Amino acid sequence: MPQKEILQFSVSRLEILDAEGNLDADLDPRLPDEKLLALYRGMKVGRAADARMLNLQRQGRIGTFAPCTGQEAVSCAAALAMSENDWFVGAFRELGGRLMRNEPFWQYLVYHNGFEEGNAGHESGRTLPFSVIVAAQTLHAAGVAYAMKYKNEKAAVVVFFGDGATSEGDFHEALNFASVYKLPVVFVCQNNGWAISIPREKQTNSRSLAQKALAYDIPTVQIDGNDALAVYREVRRAIERGYEGQGPSFIEAETYRLLMHTTADDPRKYRTDDEVECAWKNCPLVRFKRYLEDRGIWNDEREAALDESIKQEIDEQVRIFESRRDFKNDALFDNVYSTRHAIIEEQRAMFHENLTLERHNG
Amino acid sequence: MAKLNMVQALTLAMDQEMERDPAVVLLGEDIGPDEGVFRVTAGLWQKYGDERVIDTPLAESAIVGTSIGMAFAGLRPVGEIQFSGFSMLMVAQLEAYASRTRSRTFGRWTAPIVIRMPYGGGVRAMEHHSESREATFAHFPGVKVVIPSSPRNARALLAAAIRDDDPVVFMEPKRSYRAFKEEVPDEPELIPIGRAQVVQEGADLTVISWGAMMRPTLEAVEMVQLERGASIEVIDLLTLAPLDHTTFVESVKKTGRCVVVQEAPRNLGIASEVIALLNEGAFFHLEAPIRRVTNYDVITPYFGRELMYIPSVGRIKRGIEETLDT
Repeated sequence: MPQKEILQFSVSRLEILDAEGNLDADLDPRLPDEKLLALYRGMKVGRAADARMLNLQRQGRIGTFAPCTGQEAVSCAAALAMSENDWFVGAFRELGGRLMRNEPFWQYLVYHNGFEEGNAGHESGRTLPFSVIVAAQTLHAAGVAYAMKYKNEKAAVVVFFGDGATSEGDFHEALNFASVYKLPVVFVCQNNGWAISIPREKQTNSRSLAQKALAYDIPTVQIDGNDALAVYREVRRAIERGYEGQGPSFIEAETYRLLMHTTADDPRKYRTDDEVECAWKNCPLVRFKRYLEDRGIWNDEREAALDESIKQEIDEQVRIFESRRDFKNDALFDNVYSTRHAIIEEQRAMFHENLTLERHNG
Repeated sequence: MAKLNMVQALTLAMDQEMERDPAVVLLGEDIGPDEGVFRVTAGLWQKYGDERVIDTPLAESAIVGTSIGMAFAGLRPVGEIQFSGFSMLMVAQLEAYASRTRSRTFGRWTAPIVIRMPYGGGVRAMEHHSESREATFAHFPGVKVVIPSSPRNARALLAAAIRDDDPVVFMEPKRSYRAFKEEVPDEPELIPIGRAQVVQEGADLTVISWGAMMRPTLEAVEMVQLERGASIEVIDLLTLAPLDHTTFVESVKKTGRCVVVQEAPRNLGIASEVIALLNEGAFFHLEAPIRRVTNYDVITPYFGRELMYIPSVGRIKRGIEETLDT
C-alpha cells in the first residue's frame, strides 16, 4: 500500500490594471463607460468622505472611526458588481461601497457621533449595519445566504472582512458552513497588510490568505485589491457562481491601509513612513484615473467638476447630520424587547426623573 | 515611591512579576511593539522579548485557550483581551475549562491564568467598547473577578492575581486609566484577592462600590458629608468573586443604611448579590431599604448618550440622601 499524493492545490493571482495604469486587455471586464465613471465617482466619494470624517473627528464633531483611505477599490468595485438584490455584509472599512449602496453619509456620521439612530431607517434593505466584532459577520453572511437558497431567491451575499479576521474561529466556521451547504457567499478578504499593529506575515504563517479557502474546497483567488477592474471581475464571477448554485467563492484582495487603524491609533509606532509612502504610489484612484484618461473619457476639467460636485454632496450630508439633534434621550428603552414591559418602563420613568433632577441641580 | 497613573501602575506590576518569575508570560493582540492599545504593556516587549510578550493572531478564544494550556504546563500566562466587549468570544474557554478544571480533576490540574481587559464607559469609545460585564464572569463558579479602582490598588491586585492559583478575570476601569495619579511604592506590594477595603469609616450609612464608580462615589460622599455633616462609611469591593461579605455585612450592621453603586445594568448585577447577602446577614440591623444606583437594563448606549445612563455624582448623592432620609 504505497503512499501517494491524492490532492494538489494551487493559488493564482490576478491583476488587470497595474499601478501605472497599464491594462491587460484580455482580462479587462469591458465595463461600459457609464459604469466606469460611476465606479470612479464612487471611489472618489469614498475618499472624500473619509477625509471629511477625519476632519470632523479632529474637530471633536464625531468620535473615533476607522478610516478607509486606500481601500476604496475593494468595496466600491464590489458594490458595482452587485445587484440591489444581493446582500452587502460589511465590517467597518467599506465606506465607499456603503455609499454606493445608497447608504446616506449623514447616517454614517450619526453612528460615528455615538447615536444608534445611525443604524436605522435607510433605504437599502440588503445592506447590513456595521459589524465591529472581527469576523462575526462572516457567519451572518452564511446565514443570510442559507435563507436566500431556502427561499429560492436569485441573490448572493458579499461579505467583507480583514486579514486579521482570518485568525478568528468564526471565519473558519463560516467558510465551512457555506461550503457544506453550497451557499451563494462571496467572501471578500480586504488584506490591507495590518491588523492594528500586527503585520500580515505575523498574523498567519500561510503564504497567502486565499489558500485558507482551499481547506474548505472553496474556489479562491488572490487579486490586486487596488485594481478596481480585478475586484469587479472576480466579485461578478463569484456572484454568478452563487446564482448558479455552485456555492461560495473566496477573494483575497491585497490592498493597504494608508491611514491609522482608527483615529485612536498611532501607526508610527509599528510601521515606517517609507512603507506608507511607497503604498501611496499604489493608490487605487490614481491608476483608475489614468485608465479613464487613456480611454479618452476623462480630463482635468471633468476631474475638477467631479471634485466640486462631490464636495457639495458631502457638504450637504454634513449639514443634514449637524441639523439632526432631535434624538430622544430615552430611545434606548424603546427597543429592549419587541413589546413593552413593566420593569423596563419603570426604569424609563426612573431615567426621566434622574435626568430632570440632574438638570435642576446643575 | 513614584506618582503613577493606573496604566503605569499596571505596567509596573507586570514588569516586577516577570522579573520575579520566569514562568510569567504575556499574550494578547498588539501588546508587543505597539505596547497595547492603551499602552499597558509599555516597554515590556523591549525588555523581555517575543517569547515572553507574545503578539498573538487576532483570536480571543485562542488567547484564553492557549493560556489554559500554558498554565497546565507550568507557565503563568497573563492574557490581554483588547476590550472587554471582545471577551465574549473567549467565554467558552473560560466557562468550560478555566473555571472548572480544579473541580473536575479534584485539584490534579489547575488553570492559574489572568485575563486582563479594559472595561466600562465614559471615554467616548466605539460600539462594544463600553460595557461592564463583571457579573457575567462572576457567575462562573471557580473564576475570580477583580476590579481595581486606583493606581496603587491596581498594581497590588494585579501582582496578587498573577500569583494566584486560580483563574482571575482582571477588569481594568479604562475611565480611570489616566484620570489621576497616586503614590505607588517601588517595592512589590500585594492586596489579597477576596478582600474588600474600607476606604473610609463612618457611622450613619455604608456606600459600596467598585472600579470606575469609586471616584464619583467618593465625590458624592464628600458632598453629603459637607452639606449634612453625615458620617459615611465607604467600601471598595476590589474582588467581585468571591465576595468579601464579612466586611460589608459588619459595616451595615454598624450603620444600618446602605447604598450600592454599580456602573453595569441593574438586572442581576453585583449589587443584587451584595443586597441579597446583606438581607441574609444584616437584615435586623437595617433602618432603611438598601438602595442601588445603577445603569438601566438597556444595551450600553453609544457614547452620544452614555453619560445620561451611567450613574453620575448627582444620582449617587441623591441615592445617599434618600437613604439617609428614609
